[in-house]
Amino acid sequence: MSSAALHDTRLLTARSLRHILRSPDTIITTAITPIAMMLLFVFVFGGAINTGSSESYVDYMLPGILIITIASGVAYTSYRLFLDMSEGMMLRLRSLPISRSSILWGHVLTSLAANAISLLLVIGVAFLAGFRAQASVLDWLAVAALLLATTLALTWVAVIAGLSAKTVDGASAFSYPLILLPFISSAFVPTDSMPKAVAWFAEHQPITAIVDSLRSLLTGSGVDASIWVSAAWLLGLLAAAWGLSLYVFARKTRG
Amino acid sequence: MQAIEVHGLHKSYKDLHVLRGVDLVVQPGSIYALLGSNGAGKTTLVQILSTLLSADAGQVLVNGFDTATQPRHVRESLSLTGQFAAIDGVLTGRENLLLLARLRRQPDPERAADALLERFDLTEAASRRASTYSGGMLRRLDLAMGLVGGAPLVLLDEPTTGLDPQSRIQTWHIIRELAASGTTVLLTTQYLDEAEQLADRIAILHDGTIIQEGTLADLRKLLPPATIEHVAKEPTLEDIFLNLVGSASTPEGATS
Ligand SMILES: Nc1ncnc2c1ncn2[C@@H]1O[C@H](COP(=O)(O)OP(=O)(O)OP(=O)(O)O)[C@@H](O)[C@H]1O
Ligand SMILES: [Mg+2]
Repeated sequence: MSSAALHDTRLLTARSLRHILRSPDTIITTAITPIAMMLLFVFVFGGAINTGSSESYVDYMLPGILIITIASGVAYTSYRLFLDMSEGMMLRLRSLPISRSSILWGHVLTSLAANAISLLLVIGVAFLAGFRAQASVLDWLAVAALLLATTLALTWVAVIAGLSAKTVDGASAFSYPLILLPFISSAFVPTDSMPKAVAWFAEHQPITAIVDSLRSLLTGSGVDASIWVSAAWLLGLLAAAWGLSLYVFARKTRG
Repeated sequence: MQAIEVHGLHKSYKDLHVLRGVDLVVQPGSIYALLGSNGAGKTTLVQILSTLLSADAGQVLVNGFDTATQPRHVRESLSLTGQFAAIDGVLTGRENLLLLARLRRQPDPERAADALLERFDLTEAASRRASTYSGGMLRRLDLAMGLVGGAPLVLLDEPTTGLDPQSRIQTWHIIRELAASGTTVLLTTQYLDEAEQLADRIAILHDGTIIQEGTLADLRKLLPPATIEHVAKEPTLEDIFLNLVGSASTPEGATS
């Protein structure tokens, strides 16, 4: 990115971060549903779930809760982008001699910051609910990198939704399937407890790989093959969503 | 070199052929008014000039730069205040202006913002969120945002729609000041007296082309002075406009 583009991106990120600071409820609402789910699973259903491992249930399911946090957090990015598109701000920005990519990157970087805060909130509550990690500093860094990559990839998916939506509700509707996807993965129950066809899907969808990687890093069992599967999925998704975002942006703004 | 040169411009939305060969020349430092009924294509033309829309055919030069091949230079040459407010309602009025001033790389953004707030009578409301502004205040903030950076060409799409008479006169005053300082202003308007008051030249956009263009005096010559009244009265621009455009026929919904 050129220094001019960085300058514009910095300004537009500051602008959109201000939106978050002015309505911190967006971060709270992002965190509150996953937190409620976590408490529900740990203290209500947890006793009936057999994960087939010795770890406590909160340790087992936290990775899935983190993915749900991200999936609901990125919906705000499509919402804000949709508002820019519909309220004329996009026209103003496009009429300025600024870098066009900075218009999208401002929203994307804001999403990374907002989701990081939500994730920290959720992890904090998890600790209160009894979550304990055996992870080394390096493991934690790998966890952070995985969560960051997941947020980035899903944020670009959110950008596509925000640019193409026709209504406010449409802008965030894409996140519902994303929020449900962890339930058909290894996030809450082992996949071998599922009916055959469902288990096959669960074992081959990206959330399972990501959740397995996060879980093995957090429990200090180091990296296994799932980390490479996760990396491949995330890089692929990131490339596809980013590319498609730029394509949709160019199309939507060509006139 | 002209501030704006448009040759044979065509633009359609699907099968609605809005602009059908528009030719237009705006001289630097002048105030140029574009008149047209609702749906005539004024906003479309302004958006093509500011590179927000692309032309289907024809050539559009802004400050000598081609909108199709040198959009970046075109954007550096102009600033646009569109027909509908383009404001970040979560930010305060001042923050909106500061954002624009920084994006336009003003050496002293704070001062640029404060000067514009003062000029548009928004100093008191400066630190309130723009979403709390009245319609007229929003319009004034929008106009102020369009002046950040002092571009040589200012495009104003219906600048005074929704303003009270006092703000309207104030805005006229600012537009005259802009022109006096050498800025070219192209404005569209529904108010014929606005064009009469401000414009050096006036163009009437109708059925996809400029059907008349000239100074107010030129346009006056198109109609004989009315003689019905006891004292001979010059036709107002409104008389001329209605005569040229005919009864309420608009191209809305017209297909090519
Ligand atoms: N994005 C679009 N898609 C389809 N049709 C459009 C689009 N934008 C404008 N039009 C149509 O093109 C015609 C010209 O619209 P435009 O907004 O340029 O007119 P205008 O002269 O600015 O009108 P007004 O005085 O009401 O602002 C109208 O018939 C309008 O319905
Ligand atoms: Mg218009």
